[in-house]
Amino acid sequence: MTPIEIGIVDDSLSAAVPSAASRRAANPAALPGNLLTVNTISMLTLVVLLAAWWATTTAGLIAPLFLPSPQSVLGKFWLVATKGFMDSTLWQHLAASLGRVLCALVAAIVLAIPTGIAIGLSRVAHGILDPLIELYRPVPPLAYLPLIVIWFGIGELSKVLLIFLAIYAPIAIATAGGVRQVSQNRLRAAQSLGATRFQLLRYVVLPSAVPDILTGIRIGLGTGWSTLVAAELVAATSGLGFMVQSAAQFLVTDVVILGIAVIAIIAFALELSLRALSRRLAPWREQGIS
Amino acid sequence: MSRLVIDQVTVHYPGSARGVAALEDVSLVIGPEQLVVALGPSGCGKTTLLNLIAGFLQPTSGRILLDDRLVSGPSAERGVVFQDDALLPWLNVLDNVAFGLQLRGMSRAEREATAHRTLQLVDLVGFEQNPIWQLSGGMRQRVGLARGLAADPRVLLLDEPFAALDAFTREQMQELLLRLWRKIRKQIFLITHDLEEAVFLATDLILLSPRPGRVAERMQLDFGLRHSQGESARSIKSGRRFIETREYVLSLVFAQREVSTT
Ligand SMILES: Nc1ncnc2c1ncn2[C@@H]1O[C@H](COP(=O)(O)OP(=O)(O)OP(=O)(O)O)[C@@H](O)[C@H]1O
Ligand SMILES: [Mg+2]
Repeated sequence: MTPIEIGIVDDSLSAAVPSAASRRAANPAALPGNLLTVNTISMLTLVVLLAAWWATTTAGLIAPLFLPSPQSVLGKFWLVATKGFMDSTLWQHLAASLGRVLCALVAAIVLAIPTGIAIGLSRVAHGILDPLIELYRPVPPLAYLPLIVIWFGIGELSKVLLIFLAIYAPIAIATAGGVRQVSQNRLRAAQSLGATRFQLLRYVVLPSAVPDILTGIRIGLGTGWSTLVAAELVAATSGLGFMVQSAAQFLVTDVVILGIAVIAIIAFALELSLRALSRRLAPWREQGIS
Repeated sequence: MSRLVIDQVTVHYPGSARGVAALEDVSLVIGPEQLVVALGPSGCGKTTLLNLIAGFLQPTSGRILLDDRLVSGPSAERGVVFQDDALLPWLNVLDNVAFGLQLRGMSRAEREATAHRTLQLVDLVGFEQNPIWQLSGGMRQRVGLARGLAADPRVLLLDEPFAALDAFTREQMQELLLRLWRKIRKQIFLITHDLEEAVFLATDLILLSPRPGRVAERMQLDFGLRHSQGESARSIKSGRRFIETREYVLSLVFAQREVSTT
């Protein structure tokens, strides 16, 4: 008696639940009352947050030392952009930071892609390089920063190196993954068209791995950008991280918030542009073709 | 004209059940202008046989010769068309078709001209610049066919090229393949598990039996030849001889199955 009943209940569940769920997933806008897109809701959240910030600070509920009003942050933006803070304008700080990240990124791309290809193709390279990368990758950059300073001093090299290390691992790992996943039939098709080993690498393996390499760059750039503040703790005289650090020491809270906001906006812009680049360079991934 | 000889080939996959060969003592000749079709149930070693001829796989014993030269690896003289088109999605249709010529170092103008001519053969004019992921399955398979043909191989090998297509498209592709075969006068080796396809296309039908994979039956047919000489596919397939042959092959397949299950 009981087992049969359970069977019936199970049946009706498995029949009803997924179908309703999949209908909703397939076409979220089709549900009645679903007038807001995800983007609109996100925008509204930001607007509400900004309004709450404005209301609490203007009403004097929080001291400006802890949370300055949006107006004063905006005013500071104008001031730092034109007159500067700690001997450099906002743009100079921004340029210094972007310059470091860009240097580190170029070096990481140039070195990590060949590393990833080697790991993906060769058993020996995999055996040697994989443990090295996996050993340092999970360590927070701040933990090995002192060692880098002891070895390379407090100049630009140490800062760029720290960011470089943060970007290098994700790109190398993603490249290796992409290289390993290259479709066997595509390789065979190229071989039966007469491809040499080098041509396989150049015309099949590398292009196949491009989407994965771009994902690696996107992840690497994210971690690299967040390592920036740590890197600029090392005797920097300019940079967004340095600006936030020194503003905090002098309790200039509005510059701290301004710095954080600029760091966040840049990170967001980098993420979006790399996604756009990915869609441009590997549109077939959107179509479900790997 | 080339001659492909498969001489007493046996394949044991490492790690597979002891004693059972994927292919055992298979011999076969693919002569000039033949269209050899290997038919057999799943797991009887069809793909293994094709991979051997293509050079992706080495036989455990026996040898494969193309014009008296030992086949030792993949090469452009043996073109392959895959079931999942295996096209390169970062290249457009034209560049995919010209890919083999590019690997050979042919100039861009020259290889594009050849690719264009080959696309005409497979009725894909007007799609040169399209990305391949915008094409239907049947069109993609035609690009795969054109890519294989453009490289001008001596033998064309096709591994269940139409298996993923709907019935209507599949028939169109079969007729296209026969037209191409007459036009280019190359030898073709095709594998399929579709009985009607095998009987319709083959000049030489090889029936494989599973575990171990062996040649169970060989037959010479002429339905494909008749179609390429102008007789319509409908009239051939509804003819008495075609139906009788099809039923005969079906009975062979069933007889085999009974032997292997008892
Ligand atoms: N790489 C491999 N390693 C071990 N055994 C394999 C391998 N590939 C195929 N086999 C075995 O060899 C036999 C023949 O396989 P094959 O792929 O040639 O069959 P097939 O006729 O192409 O089947 P299908 O119609 O399903 O594609 C099968 O029993 C299969 O399990
Ligand atoms: Mg197969």
